[in-house]
Amino acid sequence: MPDSGHESAFSTAIRDPYVPTPGGVISAFGGVPAKRFDVYRNNVTVSLVKALAEIFPAVSRIVGEQRFADLARLFVRENPPKSPLLFRYGREFPAFIESFAPARSMPYLADVARLERAWLDAFHAADAAPLSPQSLAAIPPDNLPIARFVAHPAAALTRSPFAAVTIFHTNREERTGQRIDAGIAENGLVTRPGHDVVVRSVPAGTAAFLNALLTDDTLAEAASKATAEDAEFDLSAAIGLMLESGVFAAIESG
Amino acid sequence: MNSHVTVAETTSARFSKYPVDGLAGASFKPEHFDAINGDSAFAGFLEVHAENYMGDGGAPHRLLTAMRERFPVSLHGVCMSIGGQGDIDADHLARFAELARRYEPALVSEHLAWSTHDGVFLNDLLPLPYTAATLERVCAHIDQVQQAIKRPILLENPSTYLLFEESTYSETDFLDEIVERTGCGLLLDVNNVFVSATNHGTSAMDYLSEFPLEHVGEIHLAGHAEQDDGEGHKLLIDSHDGPVADAVWKLFEIVISQCGPIPTLVEWDNDVPDWPVLRAEAAAARAILDRHAQSYMLGRRHA
Repeated sequence: MPDSGHESAFSTAIRDPYVPTPGGVISAFGGVPAKRFDVYRNNVTVSLVKALAEIFPAVSRIVGEQRFADLARLFVRENPPKSPLLFRYGREFPAFIESFAPARSMPYLADVARLERAWLDAFHAADAAPLSPQSLAAIPPDNLPIARFVAHPAAALTRSPFAAVTIFHTNREERTGQRIDAGIAENGLVTRPGHDVVVRSVPAGTAAFLNALLTDDTLAEAASKATAEDAEFDLSAAIGLMLESGVFAAIESG
Repeated sequence: MNSHVTVAETTSARFSKYPVDGLAGASFKPEHFDAINGDSAFAGFLEVHAENYMGDGGAPHRLLTAMRERFPVSLHGVCMSIGGQGDIDADHLARFAELARRYEPALVSEHLAWSTHDGVFLNDLLPLPYTAATLERVCAHIDQVQQAIKRPILLENPSTYLLFEESTYSETDFLDEIVERTGCGLLLDVNNVFVSATNHGTSAMDYLSEFPLEHVGEIHLAGHAEQDDGEGHKLLIDSHDGPVADAVWKLFEIVISQCGPIPTLVEWDNDVPDWPVLRAEAAAARAILDRHAQSYMLGRRHA
């Protein structure tokens, strides 16, 4: 028996409010089932907009609930989820914000969204104990420069020319009355050393250092990249932060 | 003796095998974790939407593990798209099976609905026509799920807002056939029965009298919202955002008086209240289960 076309007709009409109600669906009372079909349309769009608002609460607070819903609706139409796991949804949302002309007056918005996306990834990341100071201390000094590290599953680093971390915290914690200079560059380090996700701002040299280590450079290579970016780079402070924040889970070789 | 779908014995012993018979429960919401932990008197079961626990680690698994140590848990899938034309997503099924293995749930359920088409996830429980072709596909999908999790599932009746011209089965006949062919059990959502009956101008009692009640392993109760269909008819929405309606409580009591104390869960997914409110709804369900448990023990009541 051939397949009926109800799914593709539904799928198309649900995602585009300008497409008429699919044929073959009826109301038991006769008449036009348009408003009945709209229940499904509404459920899908509203639930996906709500999912995005839950993934990006700081962005939603910054632009306001209504404008966020408008933005999210456009995004949902162009980028419907491809997975039933909605906690993975919205990876293209930061780039979408960047390309959205009305949001250009808030150039930091996309980087705040990137931090929020990274926060949720860290929240759901696999459990792993952070690298212990003892493991690092156990490496013979001669081998230290060639040590490489295994990233903790929750670790992420975002670099921004804007004060993305401060804006992230201010809005996630719903603080008011704080004046933020959005033009100060901030590098966001996202980790989950214990039960909770931690987002902090790290100096440019430290960000370069951790970024190099996260992309599998050796300790010596990472330190030299960090110094090249920031002459004031403090290696021992950076290693201290690396251990405290739990960016890595293990030593790869040393 | 009751005729509920029996759950296959699990071989591992990570958690205690708490029985769920005669219990009432509530949807588990992470924001209620502390309140439930502090509620030593709650003796029900908890139900989770499987998809919320399909991440690799972190708080969701930590909280669910703690809850599972104290309570029987019901694993309720929302996104398997069992009623879909496309194949079951193998990755999704593997994740579902892993949860069923890991948490040793007392109950496992899914929906007679579809949500994924052509790789796009529509995040709603969408309706399907009831035809010979869709029946065959639904049964094949259920076989596949049951094989993966090595136990029968309970399939939930949907709430629907419209009908398909091409349907050749009634919903109850369709469910009956599915049970017959796959050996699955049923999750009777009494709110869905009331919502659909109202939306299609039929009688909820007629639906229940045609429903294969002997295969029901779990009952759902929930709140609904009221709109109109733009054509002068009431249109109920399965919104899960408020208390269970009086009419639904009445239908529930009729089912329990006929079938005995089937495990019953109160769902509340939007505008979620504080734990005591949800707990009180579960307690109200439990009171009805208990009231009929005694007479049920004395033998099946007359209809």
